[in-house]
Amino acid sequence: MLPELGQFSLILALLLACLLATVPLVGSLTGRDGLQAFARPLAAGQFVFLAVAFGILTHAFMVDDFSVSYVANNSNSMLPWYYKFSAVWGSHEGSLLLWTMILAGWTLAVAIFSRRLPAAMIAQVLAIMGMICVGFLLFMLITSSPFVRILPDVPADGADLNPLLQDFGLIVHPPMLYMGYVGFSVAFAFAIAALINGRLDAAWARWSRPWTTVAWAFLSIGIALGSWWAYYELGWGGWWFWDPVENASLLPWLAGTALVHSLAVTEKRGVFKSWTVLLAILTFSLSLLGAFLVRSGVLTSVHAFASDPERGKFLLALLAITIISSLTLYAFRAPVVHSRVRYGSLSREVFLLLNNVLMMAALLLVLVGTLYPLILDYLDLGRISIGEPFYNLTFSPVAIAVALLMGVGIFSRWKKTDAGWLGKHLLWPAAWSLVIAVLVPLWHGSFEPWAFIGCFAAAWVAVATLQDVWHKSASRHGRWHGAQRQSRSYYGMVLGHLGLAITMAGATVVSNYGIERDVRMSPGDTASIGELQFEFAAIGNREGANFTAQTAQVNVSKNGDPITTLYPEKRQYRVQQSIMTEAGIDGGLFRDLFVALGEQVGDNAWAMRLQYKPLVRWLWLGAIFMAVGGLLAVADKRYRIKEKLPAAKAGAGTKTGAGTGRGTDPGNDSAEVTA
Amino acid sequence: MRRVFLFIPMLLAIILGVTLYAGIGKDSTALESELIGDPVPMFELASLEDADVTLGPELFRGHVSLMNVWGTWCPACRDEHGDLVWLAREKGVRIVGLNYKDTRAKAIEWLDTLGDPYSVNIYDPEGRLGYDMGVYGAPETFVIDKEGIVRYRHVGVVDEKVWETTLEPLVREYGGEG
Repeated sequence: MLPELGQFSLILALLLACLLATVPLVGSLTGRDGLQAFARPLAAGQFVFLAVAFGILTHAFMVDDFSVSYVANNSNSMLPWYYKFSAVWGSHEGSLLLWTMILAGWTLAVAIFSRRLPAAMIAQVLAIMGMICVGFLLFMLITSSPFVRILPDVPADGADLNPLLQDFGLIVHPPMLYMGYVGFSVAFAFAIAALINGRLDAAWARWSRPWTTVAWAFLSIGIALGSWWAYYELGWGGWWFWDPVENASLLPWLAGTALVHSLAVTEKRGVFKSWTVLLAILTFSLSLLGAFLVRSGVLTSVHAFASDPERGKFLLALLAITIISSLTLYAFRAPVVHSRVRYGSLSREVFLLLNNVLMMAALLLVLVGTLYPLILDYLDLGRISIGEPFYNLTFSPVAIAVALLMGVGIFSRWKKTDAGWLGKHLLWPAAWSLVIAVLVPLWHGSFEPWAFIGCFAAAWVAVATLQDVWHKSASRHGRWHGAQRQSRSYYGMVLGHLGLAITMAGATVVSNYGIERDVRMSPGDTASIGELQFEFAAIGNREGANFTAQTAQVNVSKNGDPITTLYPEKRQYRVQQSIMTEAGIDGGLFRDLFVALGEQVGDNAWAMRLQYKPLVRWLWLGAIFMAVGGLLAVADKRYRIKEKLPAAKAGAGTKTGAGTGRGTDPGNDSAEVTA
Repeated sequence: MRRVFLFIPMLLAIILGVTLYAGIGKDSTALESELIGDPVPMFELASLEDADVTLGPELFRGHVSLMNVWGTWCPACRDEHGDLVWLAREKGVRIVGLNYKDTRAKAIEWLDTLGDPYSVNIYDPEGRLGYDMGVYGAPETFVIDKEGIVRYRHVGVVDEKVWETTLEPLVREYGGEG
């Protein structure tokens, strides 16, 4: 009975979404306030019914209702309860429901937190989000309902959740990632509404900004969690595989990063409008493209969902309608501005523009790398070899360029920056970075050109950022007073940039100075990495809730002093009969020790993979910094101004409360409206 | 006039869409190769185990072989390695390795620990033969007949199922007696 109610609830949500997509929009175009006022209650209703459906599916998992096909395929009565819970989004149908519910959640959030926006604007934004929701609900109901029953032959037990996914990382990774993907739909909806109205002004940018930043922060965390999960769960200690699905999450992140910066320029200076609005469309389109790539089966990947041509076609149609209609609207409505150049060649505007250019370059590299099998296949040209080496070769220089540019850009000012003044400011960062870039390779014992460049770039960003904080916090009333005078959005930016420096340092050091050894060991054997000795002490069997494991005991010591004992495992999951490697990891801020148990390669010998991973945690620590920075920026005072800004003149109003962060910016007072 | 340029993003999106549409429903692991039916391209590369031994296409003469493209940087190769060892030992299949964009020391260490299913390994650090074969990543496996003619290309991991359903019939067909 309950699963049918779940299905019914989805249908009700679809009906409400259809109303949300039309009624407020008609209201806003005909100027009838009564119709616009429907937007908020409809958004709430749509969310409630999706949440009910989600709750019912969760209930079906919790009570082991194997008459529901999705539950039977992805759960088992032996599964621990927390994995039964996360199994709700462990496969295609359920994760689609989660995706759609989060979309409705964002819609509701916009409805709640946008009381001060003009009614017509908010009606349009909610209507556009309603349209997206209609698309996904149709997709779910037509091709992928999670509530389909297996009747009358109900299986006695379920086929179990894929063991790869039985892990804490999977409980949190998809929701975070989807919060990010779907969150960009808000920026998209604002962009489309602004295009419809022809009001691409600073006020539009200011409204979009916090939503974009929050989505970006969630996506950063989601990607980092995925990378962390791959690191300890896939068993080989890699943290990024350039797998199509990973790339699918990186693409909207790169576009989103560009968008966050471009929105800053549009808000502060009223320029780059057409570009910003295109980026907003692009970012969300790439989120949808990611969904398509993962769920259509056009690319092979470690974690793609089971492929089904019908689903692929439906999603592609959804993608096509969204993108082509929004780009058509863009082509007709985006402002073609013949503006006088209001900024010099060394202005902050130009630095942020270059940032966007580099982000687009990185994005194109990843996009081409991801899609080339498809494109070549289509053109019948099977003649190019690229794989992981391609990305490492091309992506790293772009990342370095981003960092070098950022260090300079941090000191730049709106409108124009004096070259001599800028040069003086860069002396210290240059000196410090050079010292660090020389010391790090010396410390690790060997000089690698990439390590030098990477460390230099990371240190460059970090030192420049900190130096900027030092300058900005100078005050007659003492440094503490000066530091407090800076806005939250400024500190958000500082954290975001430091986060990038940290991630970059981690990636550089672990790629260049990580040590991996594949050895063959019998109990009693010792293998060493540098000064560390790994003693394979014993191996035995262990019973888990739904698996049997071979567990090895490995004692790690340094010159005779014990450091830690690791227990790497090979688990045989009973229901799916699949084997999983569970690595033994001793984590630390400066290094991880990683031992994975491999195949048995003789009567009493096993393949072992021993790894020393310096600074590997920094990869994810940096992402946490970025996300916290993003959330801090959103908590800035200027997003909570009480007065209602008259939309037409909002551009001039952006100064209110915004000046705090840019106390030294000469250009802040004259955010012109160019349209 | 400048508004015309604003249509460029839409055109790009449409082109991308057509390409994606063509990809739906195709088995993404069975990409065609232009080489099917043609001989293995000319190459002169060192053997992985011994830098002084030079290998050429004549090494395919006389036996049906699987040519497996692999590298230590490729996690999926590690996945299929056990199955390759099984194929070589239990089924007696001749597997020629193409060590692709890799370093010699790492590759040799890998074979020492995980077992060596290859009867011979071509060392191709720059991906030259890989380029000529149209390899775009690893792992890939080609079926090459006794005359050194490429008969089939499999993209992705080889496991028991792939062997039984696709590769074994081909190996039997081109091997004559099986």
